[in-house]
Amino acid sequence: MSETAPQKRTWLVLGASSSVGRAFARLAARQGADIVLAGRDTDDLNRTAADVALRAGVFVDVVAFDAEDFDSHADFAADCARRDTAIDVFLLFGAMHEQDATDEDFDLARQTVNVNYLGAVSILDRLAPILEKQGDGRLVVLSSVAGDRGRRKNYLYGSAKGALNLYLQGLRARLFPAGVSVTTVKAGFLDTDMTFGLPGLFLVASPEACAAACLRLSDKGRETAYFPNFWFLIMTIIKSIPEPIFKRLSI
Amino acid sequence: MRFKQLELSGWGRTTAAAVSAYRPERISAAADLVRAAGAENVVAYGGGRSYGDSAVRTGGAALLTERLDRILAFDETEQVVVCEPGITVADMQAFLVPRGYSLPAVPGTGFATVGGIVANDVHGKNHDRHGSIGDHVCWFDLLMADGTVKQVAPDNDGDLFAATIGGVGLTGIIVTVCIKVLPMPSNAVQVTEMRVRDLDHFFELFAEHRDRATYSVGWIDALARGAKLGRGVLELADPSPAGIPDKAPRRLRVPFDMPGILLNRLTMSAFNEVYYRRVPDGGEVSKKSLTAFFHPLDALHDWNRLYGRAGFHQFQCVVPEEGGASGIRSLLEEISASGSASFLAVLKTMGGEGRGHLSFPVRGYTLALDFPARAGVTDLLQRLEDITLDYGGRIYLAKDSMMSEAGFARMYPALREFRAVLEHVDPKGLFMSDQALRLGIRGPGR
Ligand SMILES: Cc1cc2nc3c(=O)[nH]c(=O)nc-3n(C[C@H](O)[C@H](O)[C@H](O)COP(=O)(O)OP(=O)(O)OC[C@H]3O[C@@H](n4cnc5c(N)ncnc54)[C@H](O)[C@@H]3O)c2cc1C
Ligand SMILES: NC(=O)c1ccc[n+]([C@@H]2O[C@H](COP(=O)([O-])OP(=O)(O)OC[C@H]3O[C@@H](n4cnc5c(N)ncnc54)[C@H](OP(=O)(O)O)[C@@H]3O)[C@@H](O)[C@H]2O)c1
Repeated sequence: MSETAPQKRTWLVLGASSSVGRAFARLAARQGADIVLAGRDTDDLNRTAADVALRAGVFVDVVAFDAEDFDSHADFAADCARRDTAIDVFLLFGAMHEQDATDEDFDLARQTVNVNYLGAVSILDRLAPILEKQGDGRLVVLSSVAGDRGRRKNYLYGSAKGALNLYLQGLRARLFPAGVSVTTVKAGFLDTDMTFGLPGLFLVASPEACAAACLRLSDKGRETAYFPNFWFLIMTIIKSIPEPIFKRLSI
Repeated sequence: MRFKQLELSGWGRTTAAAVSAYRPERISAAADLVRAAGAENVVAYGGGRSYGDSAVRTGGAALLTERLDRILAFDETEQVVVCEPGITVADMQAFLVPRGYSLPAVPGTGFATVGGIVANDVHGKNHDRHGSIGDHVCWFDLLMADGTVKQVAPDNDGDLFAATIGGVGLTGIIVTVCIKVLPMPSNAVQVTEMRVRDLDHFFELFAEHRDRATYSVGWIDALARGAKLGRGVLELADPSPAGIPDKAPRRLRVPFDMPGILLNRLTMSAFNEVYYRRVPDGGEVSKKSLTAFFHPLDALHDWNRLYGRAGFHQFQCVVPEEGGASGIRSLLEEISASGSASFLAVLKTMGGEGRGHLSFPVRGYTLALDFPARAGVTDLLQRLEDITLDYGGRIYLAKDSMMSEAGFARMYPALREFRAVLEHVDPKGLFMSDQALRLGIRGPGR
């Protein structure tokens, strides 16, 4: 029996300038995968690319990607299809503003939905056929516990993440026959740029731990998971509060 | 632009400063802070391993560099590494050592950052042989007070280069550094330890070994008096051609502030006695991993909490070789008479001056030790400063928390050049730390 070398794969990281994206790229590269870092700030991503390539000795590429620029996504996906390795996808771009700010400024509200929801739909609709054709692969999406219930403090962002979670349920069913797993990671508080200095955070998890969980959960082919997993309990309680009471809460 | 209100203190934890912390994850975001800062002071905060107040400004902005931690280039032909400032010494070593290299100067903790070690021009146990880190810096990118980033090398702006090496963050934020690395044949060193009877014995051994061994450091029992004054252990080491298996380091943590009373003369003396006796009479040779050799204390996380809530002061001075032996003797006599020293003191030789205006090293002897913050320590530190001055020595800014303004000015003769550079690159005094204010580093009344 002859052993064949494991097939080289590439992790496509959409939203790679986040600290979670950087940690994920380092980790996946250490496990031998090539990396494509996709995002808006390509100057910064070039620095991350150098770091990841040097530390792990893998091939790292940087590609410009704007989640809101829907029209560019078809070409972006076509370029991905032309790579000579199979791809796995980590999607983590996202944007969050204070609820009050989006209440007063529809542009901010629209951007929140465009990035967190429509942007994800737009790129994933274009990448899905590639994954199907590939016949295997993994998609892991960093979503949020905010999508589990609309809260006074955060319902616009939450609604976009909630819609994303529903979309991923359907996409999971679509890609399942092709042997492609879809993992939704519902994260609680993470110690990233998005939250640094925000009041009211507790049990904040590090980007490295989050990245490791995303990789591990998708390796296992898990469908949905909370990270850190105690958020399952917190969200079970929050979801069980009856609406007549919940509407009186300002959380 | 979002800030987090934090109380930050140096490693000695004697004072805490309320700061607005800002944590950029990319260089452009660091520049945003500097451009937005207006009248507010800014200072970089790396690993927070300086003992005093050099990385904080009360009421100002602390630019936390921890997320600027990327390695940008590694050139084996030129033997240089280029990186961001927030990468820790331990992470950098974890990258370099398996590739056959080391940082040329490694401080006693791996939690210090590369930006921090450049800003203090740190020295390691190989100072005689290889000098301090600034001797190996090829260039750096400096984020300046006007928000622009300038690449600085000795031959394009020698003054700004000299002001920034050891410049304790006052010229700006170092955002990229290029360092010439040192070939290192394996992950281990061959260590020889020997018992040293007293201070004279130390100086004899230094004279014999300082130019032979790559690494050398002495550990002194600073509580020993009389005939035993200066007794201790001398550690000499050279790179080992063959490595040793990598073990995952055991990590322990001090979970809370220990009651300060536990560190008293009795427990300290006992500890020092054991440390001295540990080395057999005839000496001992062993192979140690570079990590264990460079960073023995890092295995015990938050060890500064051993000193209790009040914290501790660290004192480190260097006295020039000429008259240095009697200088060290005077210091040790003063210290042992006070009885307030704690664990082991470090005594080692230094090879020569650094390239920075405020670089600490001078050819001679350096002595470093901790004092729990208790009644009387202020007077003791003042007396030690006076003795240091009498012998033409200087106190290390990385360790200082109590020096006098006048003493500081006498110790650092290139202060005038340093101030002239600041006047030029940061006339409004944007970059400022509590230490700089306390010591009047920027000049009187600034
Ligand atoms: C256990 C222990 C052992 C030590 N051993 C040694 C030793 O053997 N030799 C030695 O020389 N020192 C030693 N030190 C001191 C230590 O190496 C220095 O204080 C070093 O500067 C700490 O780096 P840091 O990243 O923690 O810097 P911080 O303490 O965070 O900052 C120190 C200074 O550097 C400035 N700074 C930090 N980052 C930047 C940047 N990016 N740009 C501009 N300025 C910046 C800060 O503003 C501040 O003035 C030791 C300290 C400890 C706790
Ligand atoms: N922080 C938390 O507590 C938390 C909790 C649960 C879930 N999450 C989710 O975790 C993910 C990562 O966020 P983070 O916490 O790491 O915050 P972050 O640092 O702000 O990261 C957000 C990322 O999204 C990217 N992005 C934003 N708009 C984009 C656009 N139009 N096109 C392309 N990329 C865009 C950003 O890239 P640029 O560099 O171009 O801005 C950045 O890489 C997000 O989806 C967030 O909703 C975060």
